[in-house]
Amino acid sequence: MAEPARHRTGSGFGKVLVFVYGVFALSATGRSSVQLATKASEAPFAYSLSAFAAVVYIVATCALGTDRRRLAVVAVVIELVGVLTVGTTSVLFPQDYADATVWSDYGNGYGYVPLVLPFVGLWWLWHTHRTSGDETTSRGQTGRT
Amino acid sequence: MLVLHYVLTAICLLTAVVVVVLIVRDQAPGDAVVGLLALVELGLVAQLVLGIIRVTGPHHGVSVPTYVGYLIGSLLILPVATLWSLSERSRGGTAVLLVGVLLVPFLFLRLAEVWGAHG
Repeated sequence: MAEPARHRTGSGFGKVLVFVYGVFALSATGRSSVQLATKASEAPFAYSLSAFAAVVYIVATCALGTDRRRLAVVAVVIELVGVLTVGTTSVLFPQDYADATVWSDYGNGYGYVPLVLPFVGLWWLWHTHRTSGDETTSRGQTGRT
Repeated sequence: MLVLHYVLTAICLLTAVVVVVLIVRDQAPGDAVVGLLALVELGLVAQLVLGIIRVTGPHHGVSVPTYVGYLIGSLLILPVATLWSLSERSRGGTAVLLVGVLLVPFLFLRLAEVWGAHG
């Protein structure tokens, strides 16, 4: 009874979330490596950005899957800042992007999932943190009585 | 899209409905779902073979690495989803199958796009 109640980030709804992150890790990695390998000189900035996004997705997937909260928060916040920055600048200054990235136009090439995902990720981290926090408190109170 | 894609999309959507029912009832997926997933996977292997034959013919400047990348990538989804789903018997675990099975038709659209962009 001691530990099973604690909500891990990779369990329950987290299971689905980790899978979706994994899909983005795979697709961003595949996309950027094909682009960098076959036509890196066409749009080096956009393709490097895609590769960076791939790394962020890989880290987020692993951190959420293995319940490393601190690392997961860092990765998801970078992802959020990335998609908002790239999304906004790609709409305002499209001429600066020679080719699309995962985060261009707020991820509309991927059904806007890249825009929604970091918000869901942060909500889930907050939600599971709160749940495990409550359980710690109630265990402490039980101990005192 | 190829005829194979329409057939596989229909099986995927059918599987999705079955999986939604399982999630609502909080039941673990049984042999029927595994059978449907295996059927789709078999179709995806056929897709890979057909796709490779297709790109060895005239392909009007279609990016071969991208096309083959999508073909191979689509093969990975269902086995990974199934393994990941099996590691936890819960609604969340079953929902992984739903995401996987809906992702496959989306990849068919991407494949058609990659082919059509230069075709």
